[in-house]
Formats: sequence, structure tokens, C-alpha cells
Amino acid sequence: MMWLQAMGAGVLKAVERLGRAGLFLVEILGHAGILVSRFYLVVQQVFAVGVFTLPIVLVSGLFVGMVLGLQGYNTLAKFGSAQSLGLLVALSLLRELGPVVTALLFAGRAGSALTAEIGLMKATEQLAGMEMMAVNPMMRVITPRFLAGIISMPLLAALFSAIGVFGGNLVGVGLLGVDSGAFWTTMQEGVDFREDIVNGVIKSFVFGVVVTWIAVFEGYDAVPNSEGVSRATNHTVVYSSLAVLGLDFVMTALMLGEI
Amino acid sequence: MSTGVGTENSNLVELRDVTFQYNTRTILSDLSLTIQRGKVTAIMGGSGCGKTSLLNLIGGRLRPVRGQVLVDGLNVPDLNMKDLYALRLRMGMLFQHGALLTDLSVFENVAFPIREHTRLPESLLRHVVLMKLQTVGLRGARDLMPWELSGGMARRVALARTIALEPMMILYDEPFTGLDPISMGVIAKLIRELNQVLGITSIVVSHDVAEASAISDYAYLLGDGRILGQGTPAELQQSGSPHVRQFMDGLPDGPVPYTYPARNYLDDLLEEHAS
Repeated sequence: MMWLQAMGAGVLKAVERLGRAGLFLVEILGHAGILVSRFYLVVQQVFAVGVFTLPIVLVSGLFVGMVLGLQGYNTLAKFGSAQSLGLLVALSLLRELGPVVTALLFAGRAGSALTAEIGLMKATEQLAGMEMMAVNPMMRVITPRFLAGIISMPLLAALFSAIGVFGGNLVGVGLLGVDSGAFWTTMQEGVDFREDIVNGVIKSFVFGVVVTWIAVFEGYDAVPNSEGVSRATNHTVVYSSLAVLGLDFVMTALMLGEI
Repeated sequence: MSTGVGTENSNLVELRDVTFQYNTRTILSDLSLTIQRGKVTAIMGGSGCGKTSLLNLIGGRLRPVRGQVLVDGLNVPDLNMKDLYALRLRMGMLFQHGALLTDLSVFENVAFPIREHTRLPESLLRHVVLMKLQTVGLRGARDLMPWELSGGMARRVALARTIALEPMMILYDEPFTGLDPISMGVIAKLIRELNQVLGITSIVVSHDVAEASAISDYAYLLGDGRILGQGTPAELQQSGSPHVRQFMDGLPDGPVPYTYPARNYLDDLLEEHAS
């Protein structure tokens, strides 16, 4: 019966931690006023979280778009509809790949960095030091990073999709000979603002909230030593990736209204 | 029960029957002690005897299971967040490794609490920060980053940051640990000077008997979650108590045993042999 006991203990621990993460989020939202009162703190973090993630997002976006161009052309050409390549590339990026791949890259690049930074600040008593200087680390450290993550994620996803379309165009029109006019026209006619673009933005916003929430919580909750911080960083990447993929399915189902 | 602000009590800090547990382990049991205003009080004891927990109880970062922690007449565990932060503005804490913010320069580290709590114009802020850095002799190091500082320098910068808001009391957590003799002397001198010149009440938690004794007016010796001895450093040196003697003389064996509790050595060996 030991395994049953261990399983029960594991579940209880997970539920308790989830509860703490929830309270943690509520506390962060309680400090959200700093977006106005101390805007510069958020801007600094948008730079650290968003701008430094830009190179990897742009390069990945370009290659994903180029691959989409290649694969899409080959498949569409079989049905004689290679001219619709623009539409295929744009829809794949806006609806799925933009938000999802960006969120995965964001978790790996920005999320892990956030967790490690906050965890190390805890391990080196910087957070405790702030508390003793009567500065609330939740307000000064955690909330600006959380808000920066939420602001950056949709912007990064938008840039990913934009450069992806450019990559698709590069391969489709530049190399494979798809008509440039057809590429853009099918895209313009087929992409719906509400159904495709807004839904994609909603997804990337939700992913931004979830990934950043996991990242800052894992850092703040890390065991304050090198092993603890390493484990927390690991958790951030694994949990955020799983959460992004799981939520993507749920949100897609809701948005399409098929299930 | 005195909970009024600013009661003219000669004791700035009073712990009354404080019991503190970490998970289920009792760290401090029914501990009572007083810290006098304007004095340097040393709290000595072996590693893991609850010295740092004591500082965290005074600073309100930990809550006792029972008992009162009075700081300037206020019972710290009863304070709400706002009042606790107001109290912390009047106390400073020097952490063992300085706890400097690694992304800010020396200047910005010292300026940090001032920027957070006041709206001083930049020119005035610069004067205040340079004055604080001058106090610890590091005005010339203002543009360095924390990773460019030696352990002793980092602690001095942290001390400058601690006195930035002119606290009534400073809590020192192991201020001498890991320092070379010169840096140790510098920190000891600073603790004494800040106490005399600015009238700051100081609580020095340390296991360094010689240094802590040299600068303190009064000392407590902590062990097993209680007070094993107290008095002026000279009185402690003369104490006949075996606990105090072992600690002051650094004896490997005594009331605190050399060996970790274990069962009979022979049984241990035979069991391995039998298996």
C-alpha cells in the first residue's frame, strides 16, 4: 500500500502547490497598478524579456516560414492549387505556429532566464534584502517581469508570423515560381481578421500569461541553492511547454467550435 | 502589555518566551532576551543554533509559534504588512554575503532604498550616496559592479546601503564570516563607529568569539534553542559554565558532543559482517 500512500502524498503536494501558485498570481495582479505608477520598471523588463528573445524568434520564424513554403508548395502542386500557397502559409502561422512555436521558444529563452534570475536572487538573499529594506519584492521584482512577459509574448508571436510569411514568400515566389500576385491575393482574401488574426492574438496572450506565470512562480518558489534553481529552471521549460501544447488544443477546439 | 509606539524604554528589542519551529523542529524554545538601546549586543552560538532565525524574527520575516517579539514597543508578529514595512524602514539588516543587487552598480545599490522610499532630487541623492560610501571608505568604488568587489568590500557597500535611510537599529548576520583579517578589522571598526557616531543600536549575530567580544557591550550565548550564558564579554570569558567554556575556548568535545548520535560502534560493525 506504500505506492498508494506515495501517490496520494504526491497529488496532495501538487494541489497545494497549485493553490500557492494561484494565490501568487492573485498577489501579482494586486500590484498590476505599477504598469502605470512605475512604468519604467516594466519597460526595463520588456527589454530584458522581449528584446533579447527577438533574435531567436525572428530566425526561427523565417525558417519555419521557408519550410512551410516548401512543404506547402509540394502538397498544393499535387492538386494544382499551388497559387494558394500564400493562404496556407499565412493561416498556418497566424492560427497555430506563430503563437505555439513562439511560446515554446519564449519558455526556453525568456522563461528559463526569468526563473534562474529570480531563483538566484532568492538564493543570494537579494529578495530577503529587499524585504528588509521595506521594498516588497513581489511589487518590485515579480510583477514587472510578469507584465513584461504578457506584453512581449503577443508582439513576439506577431513578429514570428510576419517574418514567417516573408520566409514563405521567399521560397514560394522567389525559388519555386509561385505568382507573387496570387500569393498575396489569396492571403488577403482568405485570412479573416476576427477568426484568424484575433484568435491567434488571444492564443499568444494566454500563452504569455501561462508561461510567464510558471516562470516567475518557479523562480520565487525555488529551493534557494544551486540544485533547487537548476530544478526550477527545468520545471519552467517542461511545465510551460506542456501547458502551451495542452491549452492550444483546448483553445483551438473552443475557437473552431467543433467539439 | 505595551504596544504603544515610542515608549521610552531602555530596551529597544525584547523577546518574551519566544518559541520558534521550522517545520516540526523546535529551533528556539521559550527564549527571552533584551537588547538595550544604543548598545552593541552580540548573539553568539554554534552553527544552526537559531541565531539567524532570531534576527529574522526581529525583522518580521519569520513568525514565532508563541511569545512576543517587541521592537520599539511594537509586537512584530501582530503587525500588518503596512506597519511591518514602516518598522523595517527604521531597521537595517546586513546579510552574511551582503545581498547586493547584482544588476546594479555600487552607487545604484546604495541609492536603491533612497530611490524606493523618497523623491530626492538627483543632485541631493548623489550627495547622500557619496556620503554613505565615504563612511565605509568606498566612495572611489562607486562605479564598480558587485561582481568586481571582494567579500569585504561587498559587505561594506551593503553596510552603506543599510545606513542609507538612517535606521535606529542594524541587525548584522555573521558579519565576519569568510573575511580576511584586514577586512574583518574594517567591519568591526565600522560596526563600533556607526554605533558610537550615529547612536545605532546593533545586534551582531556571530560565531566569531574574539571579534564579536571585542566590539560588543553585552553578549548572549545561544545553544539548543535557549540561552546558555549572558553578560559582558569579560563576564562570559570568566564564566565557569561548561557550555560557555566549550564555546569560548573552542573545545572540540564537551556538552556539545564531538560525535553525532549513533548506536554502538561494535554493533554497527558486526551487523555489516553478519550480512
